[in-house]
Order: sequence, then C-alpha cells, then structure tokens
Amino acid sequence: MTAVEERTGTEKEIGKARRRKEDARLITGRTTWTDNMVLPGMLHLAVVRSPVAHARIAHVDVSAAQEAPGVVAVLTGRDLAEEQGSLPCAWPVTPDMVNPGHPSIAVDQVNHVGEAVAVIVARSKAAAQDAVELADVDYEPLPVVLDMEQAVQDGADLVHDHLESNTSYHFVFDAGEAGTGADTEQAFADADVVVSRRFVQQRLIPAFMEPRSVVVQPQGDNYTMWSATQIPHILRVMLAMVTGVPEHKLRVIAPDVGGGFGGKITPTPEEVLSLLVARRLGKPVKWTETRSESLMTAHHGRDQIQFIDIAADREGNVTGLKVRLLADMGAYLRLVTPGVPVLGAFMFNGIYKFPAYRFECDGIFTNKVPTDAYRGAGRPEATFAIERIMDELAAELGMDPLELRRKNWIRAEEFPFTTVAGLQYDSGDYETATQQALELLGYDELREEQRRRRESNDPVQLGIGISTFTEMCGLAPSRVLGSLSFGAGGWEHASIRMLPTGKVEVVTGSTPHGQGHETAWSQLVADSLGVPFEDVEVLHGDTAISSRGLDTYGSRSLVVGGSAVVKAADKVIAKARRIAAHLLEASEDDLDFADGKFSVRGTPGASLGIQEIALAIFAAHNYPEGIEPSIDAEATFDPENFSFPHGTHLCAMEVDTETGFVKIRKYACVDDVGTIVNPLIVEGQVHGGLAQGIAQALYEEAVYDADGNLTTGTFVDYLVPAASDLPHFDTGNTVHTAPGNPIGAKGVGEAGCIASTPAVVNAALDAVRHLGVSDIRMPLTPERVWRAIHAGGDGGDRASARTNAQAVDSSDAPSTTGGAR
Amino acid sequence: MIPAPFEYARPTTVDEVLQALAEGGEDVKVLAGGQSLIPVMRLRLAAPETVVDLGRVAELRGVREEDDAIVVGAMTTHSDVLADPLIRQYAPLVAEATATVADRQVRHRGTFGGALVHADPAGDLPAVALALDADFVIAGPEGRRTIGASEFFVDYLTTAVQEGELLVEVRLPKLAGSWGMHYAKFNRVAQAWSIVAVAAAVRREDGRIAEARIGLTNMGPTPLRARQVEEALAGAEATPEAVAAAAAHAAEGTEPSSDLNAQADYRQHLATVLTRRAVSTAAGL
Ligand SMILES: Cc1cc2nc3c(=O)[nH]c(=O)nc-3n(C[C@H](O)[C@H](O)[C@H](O)COP(=O)(O)OP(=O)(O)OC[C@H]3O[C@@H](n4cnc5c(N)ncnc54)[C@H](O)[C@@H]3O)c2cc1C
Repeated sequence: MTAVEERTGTEKEIGKARRRKEDARLITGRTTWTDNMVLPGMLHLAVVRSPVAHARIAHVDVSAAQEAPGVVAVLTGRDLAEEQGSLPCAWPVTPDMVNPGHPSIAVDQVNHVGEAVAVIVARSKAAAQDAVELADVDYEPLPVVLDMEQAVQDGADLVHDHLESNTSYHFVFDAGEAGTGADTEQAFADADVVVSRRFVQQRLIPAFMEPRSVVVQPQGDNYTMWSATQIPHILRVMLAMVTGVPEHKLRVIAPDVGGGFGGKITPTPEEVLSLLVARRLGKPVKWTETRSESLMTAHHGRDQIQFIDIAADREGNVTGLKVRLLADMGAYLRLVTPGVPVLGAFMFNGIYKFPAYRFECDGIFTNKVPTDAYRGAGRPEATFAIERIMDELAAELGMDPLELRRKNWIRAEEFPFTTVAGLQYDSGDYETATQQALELLGYDELREEQRRRRESNDPVQLGIGISTFTEMCGLAPSRVLGSLSFGAGGWEHASIRMLPTGKVEVVTGSTPHGQGHETAWSQLVADSLGVPFEDVEVLHGDTAISSRGLDTYGSRSLVVGGSAVVKAADKVIAKARRIAAHLLEASEDDLDFADGKFSVRGTPGASLGIQEIALAIFAAHNYPEGIEPSIDAEATFDPENFSFPHGTHLCAMEVDTETGFVKIRKYACVDDVGTIVNPLIVEGQVHGGLAQGIAQALYEEAVYDADGNLTTGTFVDYLVPAASDLPHFDTGNTVHTAPGNPIGAKGVGEAGCIASTPAVVNAALDAVRHLGVSDIRMPLTPERVWRAIHAGGDGGDRASARTNAQAVDSSDAPSTTGGAR
Repeated sequence: MIPAPFEYARPTTVDEVLQALAEGGEDVKVLAGGQSLIPVMRLRLAAPETVVDLGRVAELRGVREEDDAIVVGAMTTHSDVLADPLIRQYAPLVAEATATVADRQVRHRGTFGGALVHADPAGDLPAVALALDADFVIAGPEGRRTIGASEFFVDYLTTAVQEGELLVEVRLPKLAGSWGMHYAKFNRVAQAWSIVAVAAAVRREDGRIAEARIGLTNMGPTPLRARQVEEALAGAEATPEAVAAAAAHAAEGTEPSSDLNAQADYRQHLATVLTRRAVSTAAGL
C-alpha cells in the first residue's frame, strides 16, 4: 500500500490539535525577522524626535550631526517636504470629516512628543544613534491640548491652528432614522428607569513583541521593502500613492512578524521615510526602533470617554440605549483611526434586544501620538460599556445581573436575528454557553463564599463578574465597507499550486504575524484535497508571491482568508476531475472524490490520486483537448455578512480592602467561535486575548503628564503582565457554525480581549459594591481601588510622575529626542 | 538601544580595580551585574568614560562566616545569595527579600553589592540591610573603611561610596534563635520593584516582643528605619492588637514620593498595613 492509500478513512485534519508548524522557527528566532536582514552596503537610519508635544519648529541645525563619524546624510522635514506626501487615512467616516494631513516628518510644527524632525543616515546603527544627540532643534512652544473634554470647549486651544476646532468628525447612527429601531428620545421619555454613566476607556499601547523594523533595497527603479507589518498588501498600495513610486515597481515583504495586535496595521512614518531615503541615496537602508521609541511613537489604542444611558422598565426589560463618545484621534489620522469607534457603533447593543438605540461619536484631536486599531478595535470599547451598564442597571433595579441579561438577550431560537443596529447575528446560544461557564467557574460555591466573607466583614472580599458578549468578525463584506465609506474591500484571495511531486503550495493573502495560519491552512487543504498535512506549504507576506490580499486583522483570516483557500481547493478538484476522467477513461459524472482520490463508481480499483494527477499534468503528455494543462487554481472570497462569535466570561475576584490589591481567583469562559479547525490554536488565541483584556482592566495605561510627555515610557511603568500575574484559565466552547462561510468558522483572534475586560471590572465592583463603590477607573491599580473604597468616587487620576525604579519617560530618552534640551 | 562609546577595563583583583578607577578619567563606573547600570547607559542617561567590570574579581564573590557575622562579597549574585546556607540560617530576611527581586534572569546577574550601591529607593535590599544593621566595607585609595548602614545610604541613588571607591563586602550580624523575620513587599505585578515594602526582624521573649527592627522600602529617597514602631514594640505584648497599634506609627516622619504607582498618602497607608503584616508574621502571630 502506498502512503496515500493509508490515509483512506483517516481522521479529518479539521478539529485536530496540531502543534503549530511555524513555532520552532518563530520561537528560536532562527528566521527572517526584518531586523535580521543584512544587505551589502546597507545604511542605518536613526530618527531625531521631538521632545515637546506642541511647538513651531523655529530652527533646525544638523551641521554637527552631518559631520559626525560614519554619518552619510542628515535629512530634515524641510528636505523631504516636497516628496513626503501625507500618510493615508482610508476611512473618512463622514463626508465632512476633517483630516489635517499626516506628514511622516515634521516640517514647520510638531504635534506630539516623538514626532520625527530629522533622519540620520549612517554606516552603522551606533554611528546613527551617536549623531542623533548632535542635531540641534529650536522649538517655540504652543499650548498643549491633552484632555478631550477640554478640547471640545468653545475657545479651546487648537492642535492644528489652521482648523476651526479640535473635532475631526461627528458620526451618528440613529436606529430610529435608519429604520432599524424605534425613536430613542421617546423610549427614554417613557422609561421607568434610566441609568447614566461616564466610563473611561484608557489609552493602551499595543506592545507587540517584535519592535517595528524596515529595510528598503533599491534596484534600478525598483524597490523592495521588508517590514514588520501586518499589511504588506495594503502598505504597497498606500506607499505607491504616498510616494509616487509606481505600484508595479514596489515589492513589499512582511517576513516573519512578531506580533502586531493592530499595532502594525497602519503605514508608518518610518516606512515612508525609509523609502524616501533609499530612493534619494540609491542605497539599501534599515530602520529598527528601540522599545522606548515604540512605546512613544507607534500608534496607541482605545482612549474614549463614553457617556452611556440605558432605559428599562421596572421588570428589567431594556427599552433604549444612548451612547455618546469622545474618541481621541491623537494628533493625526492614520489608516483607520477615525473608523475604530465607528466599528464599535454597531456593537454597543451587545446581545440584547434593545428596541431603540442612538450612537454619536466625536473624533477629537489632541497632542498625543495617533490612535488606531488595537486588538478588538472598537468592539472591546462597546462591549465594556454595555456589559458595565447592564450591571449598573441590575444594581439600580435590585436584580441579579445574570437574570437581567437572560431576560434581554436573544434566545437561541431567534437566530438569525437582526439587531437594533441593523446587523444580522448569524447563530448562537447564549444560554448554553452561560450554563457551561457557570459550571466551569463553580459559580454557586463562590457565591456562597462571597456571602460568608461579607457577613464576617473579611478584609478580603470576593466578587463575581459577568460578561456575555458578541462581536462582529470576519472583516468584512465589501459592500458593507462601501456603505460605511471605507476605502477598500474586505475580500480575501488564495491560490493553490500543485507541484509535480504532489506537494502543495498554498498562497494566502492573509499575512500572519504569529497567528498560526501555516498550520491551520495546511489542515484545511489536507482535508479538502485529501493530501497529507506535511505535504502542504503555506506561502504569504510577499507581494511578489502573494499578489492579491488584504492581510490580517479583525479576526478575519480564517473566516475570509481560509474560505478563499477552501474555494481555491474546490477549483483544484474541479480541474483535476476533468483530467482524472480523461485518464481513467470515465465520465466526470461517474467519479467520486474522497481522501485525495478520484475513483470510478462501480469499478473497483479504478482510481487516481490528486497528487498523481499533479505529476501527470506537469508532464502534460496526455490530457483532454481544449483545456489548459494545469490544475492550479485561485479564488477570491467576499463574505456576505460578518460572523458573530459569542461567549460568556466569568471572573471571580478577591479584593484586599486594606490595600486595594485585586487578585483574580478564578476565570472561566465558554466561547462559541463556530467550527474549530485547530483547538490548540483556538485555546492559544483565547488565552492571549484574555491576558490582553485582563491587562486593560488591571495593568496597562499610557499616561501623559501635563506637558504631553509619555510617562509610561518603558516597561517599568507601562505594565504588561507576565504569565506569573495571570490566573489559570478554564476555557470551553460551544459550536454553532457560521452559516456565512464554507468553513463555518466565526473568528477567535479578539474574543478573549473583548470579553474579559468588563468581566474583570464587574467582578471587582461586585466585591465592593456593598461598600458603596459603583465604579473604578481602569486600570484598577491598588491605589484606585483603595481610594474608591475609602474615599468614594472612581479612584481618580494617577500621579503622572514616573516611578523611580529604572523608569524613564519620553523627555528622558536623549537617544530618541535629540539634543534639543 | 546603544550606549555612548566608553573605555573598558576588566581587572582581576581589588587593587587592580582601585587602580583602574584612579586612572579611568572623569567619569568611571564599576560594572557589577549590569542590571541597573546597563539600562541607564543604553538609554544614555549615563555615559561613563570608563567602565570597570568586576566580573573577574574572584575575591568579591561568595559568603563566609566570621565570628558573629556573615560576610557577603559585593559581587555575590542574587541567585548565589538565595542558594547560600549561611544566609538561610543567619539572615533569612535577606533570602526572603532577594527572592522577590525581579526574575530569574536578573537574579542570575544582579549582585548583592550592586543593589546596595545603586540604592534605588524601590530596591528591596537597602531596607533589609538597614533593618539588620549591616556594616559596609569600602575600599579606596587610602585603604579600607567600615561604616554602618545608617551612614551608608545618603540620598536618592547616593551612598557613602565615593568616587574612586569600591564596596567590597557587607557584614551581616548573625541573628538566629529567637529572631523571627519577614519581608512584606507590595507591588502590582510579580517580578517588579516595590511600591512599598517592609522588612521586619523581631525577637520574642516570654510572650513579649523584646526587640524589633523595621526597615521601610520606598518611603523616601533612602531606606528608613521605622523607629517609632520599633520603640512601641519594644517590650510590648505579642498580640495582634499591640502590633497593630505599634504599626500605626509606621509612616511617621516619612516623605514618600508620588508617582504612577502610588501617591504619598497611599504609600503612607500601605506602610502601616505592611508593617502590621510583616511584624505579625515575623513574631509568629
Ligand atoms: C527588570 C528588572 C527588575 C528588577 N527588579 C528589582 C526588584 O524587584 N527589586 C530590587 O531590589 N531590584 C530589582 N532590580 C535591580 C537588581 O536588583 C539589580 O541587580 C541591582 O539594582 C543592581 O545590581 P547590579 O549588580 O546589576 O549592579 P550594576 O547595574 O552593575 O551597578 C549598579 C550601580 O552600582 C555601582 N556598583 C555596583 N557594584 C559596586 C561596587 N561593588 N562598588 C561600588 N559601586 C558599585 C555601579 O557602578 C552602578 O552605578 C531589577 C532589575 C531589572 C533589570
């Protein structure tokens, strides 16, 4: 028997907990991270950055830097002003949205700390870094705008003084006007109970593991760029538009990329600058950021002030929801900056049957680094608001928070369900997921313990937090993106190349940056084509190899990109069927395809494997007239709807009321992400997402001082938790397949991150609500928790001074701020 | 990030170190484990002209017994301290505090002496050395001198070690038998510096607290002794109530900083809670 025959009847690859085939090289680092690239004659860039948040540039003197040893050139904003264009914003969320333009290097004015003011080009990285300190820049300070609520006041200081205000746009979705719901004002006028809250979504830093890095190699009038990016395909188009290098003369490669979390979803100033410098000097160049540069200048996420009103009747039936957001854009608009809160606009209603809903959002400019996508992008913010306000409503009504949710959520038999925001939720069962999660947590016992601790006035109180969430994944149906004025589609492309030896190359347009596409796609193709998992190689990330693609974000890769792979495999089979019929001298209609083999129905022994057909068609000695000698195929998949993973997340939290220290006692979640292609990858994504969502609740916050310096300038003060800070996770799944794609998958990349944050905060509040606490600002630092318990309020602002242990803030980092001070 | 250029010397004896320090020019720094020095050099907050690496000076490493003291060489790494039987027997407080320092990687390189000379207010070992009344042996061009912990910590990141001098070793009095000890550290994540911490050593006698020594971490620019608490505890009954009453004085006279982790009033509150907990545990309550 041949190896191929042995597979007959073997178990399916889909559903197998395969170890990831890419991990060995990723974990050991024996691979091509961009910064590992060394090209002959390569020059190194270092960026002189503004140490001030808002100023006119009075004078730039780079003569000393120019003469420093090893320095080849120093370029200022003035030098590059004519050719740098503006970094693109692809999402004008309203027709009259104001976009001030986004220079890659400041020419006359700096608008946030860390903005580039000059670029040093040197023969070594060390020489470039040494010369940074020699650049001399005079700044004329301008008033610094940091607080959104002040920025929208009449007469407020302006970030961009050529604009009329600090407001970029005002976006409204009103279900009454859209015809998807009733009149919101009326709903509130008629309500028995209205609860209103102001929640703060603090600014976060994506903090991917691999710092950003770019290498550009000019060859004649062609350019190849390697970049640690999530979006090589989009980057190529955007760079062509920004710099005028024609698209067909530009090849972009994202080699292995060490994480992104949305942080590598936007074309960056440094990518543009690297290309401009390489073009000007005709030499290969490299730029790799330091960690402090990354924290200070890579885009941030979240940063919203949320005003939420919920209306209900006395029995706890919700009757209306109003959301008003201030969303911090930072100083400029990057690729999808304005769209992030708009992605959330359709999710604030969560899993509940609100009859009326109105959403308004103002995008506000401040003198901070721009925000853009960060894991979940808009949906964590929305989920937080609704899951927090449901608890507040429950407290107001004196109802059990779970009962309130149950009363209002969409029931299993009601799917597909069109929500008040106009989205059609595809499938799910909130009750079953919740039941499983309660069991995993040991809910009843913990409630009992909570009661005991309350009664005995234990200094350590216990709380249980609930978050029943859904999210829209599988970005995105192209027509829907069009209706939201997004500048591109949401399809994905794949092709399959059948090699002569029967091995299979799969080319995907979804460029991974750590998610495990190579493993999951191999599993898909192994099942579709009936070839061994090991015979499949997945290629990605190089625009010369993967010609079409829209990359990885928004939990889209498996749902959209994986579907394109499956569709391409279907086409391979269809093409192979004609060859097989010819070679087996049978009618196509009489062929069955199973386990990688075509067999003639009713003629035992007459069969041909698809891997054999690959060789036959490579030789091309004998194939039907009138067709091409190839069984390779490609496919583009454009979903018709989003997919809607959901789940129930439960957190049990201990709060030390003497110190304010909070500790997660137990965390359980049951997620429905549709078909599970690889349970190990799914669990990994859930774990990582939980870590990030818990980190928003408890640890992470980008803090600026009154001058606009980032005081959380290193990992000493920007607190990213380690495994030792996180509890064991009890995870489970229910499976309701997504009807909108051939795999049935819903997306899992963001679920943990979206769902966990409100579960954690609700848990802490549940522990101390009886002490009069109804809100604590994130992150729940021990100090905030202690103040909320002992002084009331939400715990207040943190002191913005950096801690004294080895910490620096952005004003302290001379190697990135230049010799300006 | 890349440090500014510097000269580098790697002597093998204390005498050679002193010579290298004398000849190294304007700004000479000794390099111990590098866990504090290298980061500030990479951030270019420090740009010494010469770096004198102590890594090969064998005589600075290790723990030995000398009469009623144990002597810890300045270059003894945190992980060596943790593994040392003498420390475990006579200065368990040092082991307990060292176990909370950073992570394995940092403890593998970072040194006992480096942590003390660096004297970061958030560092864990200075308050412990202060609570234990350690003596510091410093070598300089004029020979060796020994000073007590109360004179060693001078100000923020500043000790009595002068330019051209070297901390050679630290002498810890043997405290065993009726002494109980505990280090209560408060931080937001494991493996981080102290927001506030309290080092307590307590000697019990006949149901009373005969003597208590309490060091405070990060309650000011230098480590502090909580003298009022110590006085209130001396001779007090070993009961939770007496300990709590004494601990309430822990923040008296302190002027802690306000930063991202904690504002001053909260630090002062933490000091009282942690002192109560540290003393209670040390006293076996
Ligand atoms: C991520 C991280 C987390 C940390 N967390 C903690 C923590 O939780 N608690 C804590 O206490 N510490 C912590 N540390 C600091 C750690 O304890 C360091 O090891 C210590 O502060 C410095 O010791 P070192 O041997 O590395 O000294 P180095 O960095 O080599 O030197 C520090 C300073 O002391 C001087 N110096 C060193 N040795 C001598 C000597 N013998 N004579 C004269 N001068 C000398 C040096 O010139 C330099 O100025 C952390 C460090 C890191 C990197």
